[in-house]
Amino acid sequence: MARTPSTAQPPNPSPKGSPRFLLIAAILAGLVILGTGAFLALSLRDTPRGAAGTVLASAIGGPFQLVDQNGKTVTDSDLKGRWALIYFGYTHCPDACPTALNDISIALAELGPKRDTVRPVFITVDPERDTPESLKAYVTSFDAPILALTGTAEQVAKAAKGYRVYYAKHPEAGGDYSMDHSSVIYVMDPEGRFTASFTHESTPEQISERLKKLIG
Amino acid sequence: MSIKLIAFAVGLVIANSALAQPAQLEVNNPWARATPGKAENGAAYATIQSPTADRLVSASSPVAKKAELHTMSMQGMVMKMRPIDGLDIPAGQPVALKPGGEHIMLMGLNEPLHEGQSFPLTLDFEKAGPRTVTVTVEKAGAKGPDSAAAHH
Repeated sequence: MARTPSTAQPPNPSPKGSPRFLLIAAILAGLVILGTGAFLALSLRDTPRGAAGTVLASAIGGPFQLVDQNGKTVTDSDLKGRWALIYFGYTHCPDACPTALNDISIALAELGPKRDTVRPVFITVDPERDTPESLKAYVTSFDAPILALTGTAEQVAKAAKGYRVYYAKHPEAGGDYSMDHSSVIYVMDPEGRFTASFTHESTPEQISERLKKLIG
Repeated sequence: MSIKLIAFAVGLVIANSALAQPAQLEVNNPWARATPGKAENGAAYATIQSPTADRLVSASSPVAKKAELHTMSMQGMVMKMRPIDGLDIPAGQPVALKPGGEHIMLMGLNEPLHEGQSFPLTLDFEKAGPRTVTVTVEKAGAKGPDSAAAHH
């Protein structure tokens, strides 16, 4: 989009498929995603039973097949029977991911004897680097017994799509890369239904208080 | 939002008039997070204060192949991490590198960072030059230089 400084801008006809149309479409799509996120965050804040039983319960989650840190296949049905706290991240992430996993560990410890009714789950968005072995070493550093999941690029993409998780590789100098990714902790009930979510602003205290109300 | 900003600005003014300024640039409370498992990347943090405007331009440490200045930002619910060229240190205002914001990204760690260990980190400033500090390693996921205080 080079500009010619001497002439006035001609009126842009903005036909379908033009860069401007695509830009507007992208902005609208972004607003819808942000709006949905904000709606979820706001609507779930004060309901004692969260989203269970509402239309939102089926909007987030869904079938997946991945492999855990011990090389065992894990599907969405394996998570049923217990509450689950699900976070998508990657092990090369030095800031947001350890924060989230540490917050989860502290929150679960505060549940006392009920801590075993909640299963913390870490799903990588970087299957290229996160093998079951590297995930195993990674999650054992946290106090909570975290189930860590990876898979093929396609398997991870399917799981992330179900949970409305965005991720993208961001190349850096020297061949390294970081991952942009949604940083949200999802609460799924024992039937595998989406119930509540926490953001990076949620404190471990807020998470445990909410969980106490939910698991009863 | 704007009220928060004004309160913050007022707070800074009060803090500045109440606190004695260091005579020269200081790097305080340098800390890092223990790295989980074989994680190749870690993050170090510190609070920098200078009586005159300066700029943090680079960092290095013998524990990692390279150290870069990074910023972590949340756009909506999406976390993005990006390298930055430098970080301005305004005169008299402490700048905190902390989780959820700017950090020194330690890339290609030679060894995992274990809680309780310490290591040297050199921060290069445009005017003050290099400053080498001893970084204390806190728990993985710790939120501050003192893990006991970080959890209230």
